[in-house]
Amino acid sequence: MNEVDFIGVFKVLLPEAVLTITALLVLMLDFTAGQDHPLANRMRMAGFMTALGCVAAVGVIWGFPPVAVSNVPLIEINAHIQHYKIALLIITLAVALLAIETDFTTHVGEYFALLLFATIGFLLLVSANNLLLLFIALELASLSLYLLTALDKQRPQSAEAGLKYFLFGGMAAACLLFGLSIFYGVSGHFYSADVGQHLPRGPLPVDPLMAVAMVLVLGGFAFKIAVVPFHLWAPDAYQGAPAPSAAVVASGSKVASFIALFGLVFAAMGPLGGNAHWSQFAAGWKPLLALMAALSMVWGNLAALIQNNVRRLLAYSAIAHSGYAVLAILTQQQAALAYYVITYSLAIVGAFGVIAIVERASGGAELAHFNGLARRSPLLAGALMIFLLSLAGIPPLAGFFGKFYIFLEALRDGPTRAGQPTMGLLYMVVLAIVMSTVSLYYYLQVLKRTHTTEPDKNAAPLPLTLGTWVTALLAAAVILLGCFPDWLLKWFR
Amino acid sequence: MLHWPLYITFLGLLLLLLLPSRAGAGAARIVALAVSLAGLLVGLMAALRFDPHAGMVTLVNAQWIQWPAFRFHLAADGITVVMVLLTGIAAVAGVLFSWNIEHRTREYFAFYLTLIGAVYGVFLSVDLFLLFVFYELAIVPKYFLIALWGSTRKTYGAMKLALYSFVGSAMVLIALLATYVMSGITAPSTNASAGAIASFNLLDLARHSFPHDFQLWAFPLMFVGFAILGGLWPFHSWAPTGHVAAPTAASMLLAGVIMKLGAYGALRVAMTLFPAGLIHWQMPLAWLAVIGIVYGALAALVQNDFKFVIGYSSVSHMGFVMLGLMTLTTVGLHGAILQMFSHGIIAGLLFGVVGRMVYDRAHTRELDALEGLKLARALPFAAFTFVVAGAASMGLPGFSGFVAELQVIIGAWKAFPAMTLVVGAGIIIGVAYTWRALHKAFFSDHNSSPPHHDALPPITWPEKAGAILLMLCTLAVGLYPRILLDWIIPALDSPLFAGLQKVIGP
Repeated sequence: MNEVDFIGVFKVLLPEAVLTITALLVLMLDFTAGQDHPLANRMRMAGFMTALGCVAAVGVIWGFPPVAVSNVPLIEINAHIQHYKIALLIITLAVALLAIETDFTTHVGEYFALLLFATIGFLLLVSANNLLLLFIALELASLSLYLLTALDKQRPQSAEAGLKYFLFGGMAAACLLFGLSIFYGVSGHFYSADVGQHLPRGPLPVDPLMAVAMVLVLGGFAFKIAVVPFHLWAPDAYQGAPAPSAAVVASGSKVASFIALFGLVFAAMGPLGGNAHWSQFAAGWKPLLALMAALSMVWGNLAALIQNNVRRLLAYSAIAHSGYAVLAILTQQQAALAYYVITYSLAIVGAFGVIAIVERASGGAELAHFNGLARRSPLLAGALMIFLLSLAGIPPLAGFFGKFYIFLEALRDGPTRAGQPTMGLLYMVVLAIVMSTVSLYYYLQVLKRTHTTEPDKNAAPLPLTLGTWVTALLAAAVILLGCFPDWLLKWFR
Repeated sequence: MLHWPLYITFLGLLLLLLLPSRAGAGAARIVALAVSLAGLLVGLMAALRFDPHAGMVTLVNAQWIQWPAFRFHLAADGITVVMVLLTGIAAVAGVLFSWNIEHRTREYFAFYLTLIGAVYGVFLSVDLFLLFVFYELAIVPKYFLIALWGSTRKTYGAMKLALYSFVGSAMVLIALLATYVMSGITAPSTNASAGAIASFNLLDLARHSFPHDFQLWAFPLMFVGFAILGGLWPFHSWAPTGHVAAPTAASMLLAGVIMKLGAYGALRVAMTLFPAGLIHWQMPLAWLAVIGIVYGALAALVQNDFKFVIGYSSVSHMGFVMLGLMTLTTVGLHGAILQMFSHGIIAGLLFGVVGRMVYDRAHTRELDALEGLKLARALPFAAFTFVVAGAASMGLPGFSGFVAELQVIIGAWKAFPAMTLVVGAGIIIGVAYTWRALHKAFFSDHNSSPPHHDALPPITWPEKAGAILLMLCTLAVGLYPRILLDWIIPALDSPLFAGLQKVIGP
């Protein structure tokens, strides 16, 4: 490799640098000036600063695109990656604004700094083109998320959620690292693309070691994206974590992990793909992913049917949605995956925003706490309806087009035989569509509470606050991106 | 101009949502009435100017999504005209019959207009993705209309209806996606990229001939998926419970236009694209339709809830639509489309009488309880309306039901004479259940409880206006069916149905 272009490195890492500086500023200000102020003011200051940092980082990406940067080691940069970063920053921005109104912790500076650190982890994760940075970025994000989950010290559930998340996550990280080290050892390279070229070719089990490494890596990632059978932490983490933390775990972390997984399997593990098409199965990561996707869709949707807590319900639905997104990976169409996970994130962040407000007003996130929300706050109930219907896949919302596009690409995938498409993934598409009809039932259960049940006698109307407006904006985004998918798709073509 | 009702409805919805919350129920009603009337009148004007011999006329065709290549493509032929008019009439009548909704009026009409807009959208779309979007968009407002403003077991009925609809559209979705992929790769000009060939445009797809073995599974999947909403036996069971649970106007729309969405999709998409599959599945589906006719009529005969009688009669009448489609004869198809219109009007009328005029006043729909009320004297207008609607529903000459069902039966006689005998039995049972309900509800001499006339408030002007509008429509079509057939007949000869033409008889 030639001389390292340090100016280039700086240019490429400018958004991450902006976020780091913001995080340090938030910490410093909160520790010094903030201590004399009431909690609400500290929250507001730190939250708006975090939001400002995200806006600045987006501005940097837009304003100073790194043109003609070469010889930057470890970090990949191109238009798609820039757009992923913008999407991740917007998600964090929404979460930060939603977090301002919460009051679960007095560690304000730490909370928002951790949120920013997690975001830095996400940004690095989508731009890592080698095994080492990939792992470090993943760990940066994960460690921040464990802490964010456990930060509500008044509630034991939060600590339980954090511990569970951490223990499972630690195991998964160990597996992932072991798997990556085997890949490095066998290929002698640590850039993903080089690894892919130097792995032994041919049908699996050409080398049992490859099978072991592949399973370990997939297991590690499967934990991050919460697909069956690596999903056990998700319902508890979603239920116990403070609402904004749960929103990040469900959104930004998912987006970054999916994009990283997509890059890793096709670049580094390309020769080990195998085949997931019906009646042409061949060992490799494709059938493994297909199996995990199928299990997730079935188990996630069925388990969600019997949940009484809206957070747990969303956790199981998130497992199911991971199944659909994994199907998108199998189609090899990055645009389909990107559209799906980004619009999913907008909807789930919004849903957790509504949950946070309802929890503060009613004291919990059981189904009964949502009774009559439409009478108490029509705007909030309308937004929740948009989010949940989008998750259920009702047009013209974004979730519908996301699923439709994935299914379409899944059917187009594969060779033609005698001039006719073989539609080898038809079985996955049928399963996905059948299970998404199941999902309508539980989403409607929530909406039934909000729109048809009358509120309690003593339930007061909810005031219009910042959180309400943020969720309304997210709902508008879900509608607009659903009606005009090109606005987002053109970023990833 | 025929597509303006679609825009008008959604703009009206926006206006309704932007009304200040202090504007109250009256303003919401007036907006809803104005919007649906405007939709009907504009649709009517466009229909009068429409040249039925022009085939499929593109109304708007705009770029929507670049890849996958979906276009905002609306087009119309004679069948579309008929369905758009039906939607307009049903929408106006529905608003008039829901004039007494006081509970959350604005939300009610917001859901109502969403539903109407989606229905217009389905009838006008020729890009199948767009059609599917509107088709699914119709599910959610139905759920809330029933769950919020309904009666008898409303949450159960609403959820059942929503899930049945969603299962149906899931089947359609699988078949649609497969169709798209098949059309993309087997197209003749394989030198272009696959994206350029694959299309969701019905007009392009109709020119494409799909492999035989593909049609064998895609056709039943898509046809049954649509027909679930069309009330095809044995997938009809959402219809009676849904109709009964729904508020009056929603029942009118469900029976009047929503069930037609299913039948329309089955004809316009499934039968047009897959003629070979159609031939293969003709007999089983025809039998299902006939069983539906007889079963629906028999079930209606033994109901004690007045609304269930009408609910099951809808299943029976929609059986005629399905049978007409399956005869694969020109006259049978004409009859099927005519029956879609006719049943839309008559079912609206019947539900209006039962749900609004009778139930909202007597607060019971039990036929045994109604016997003592002497409704013919208490509510003469309701009785008169029901006599007209019942006569039309039985298929008496002079009303639209007669022409439509006659044509279906002629078609069926040509295609499968033996089956027609069973259908004849269904018609006789139809007379019996209508007669029974009419007698028990309005003209019974039974004197179990003392009559209390003055307790029942008189029929209001919106009800009268709605009922008269619907009665005039059924009479007009019954006396001079050519006003609709002049649109329907040329439409079926258009090149769009070329594939279908090859398999249908005279």
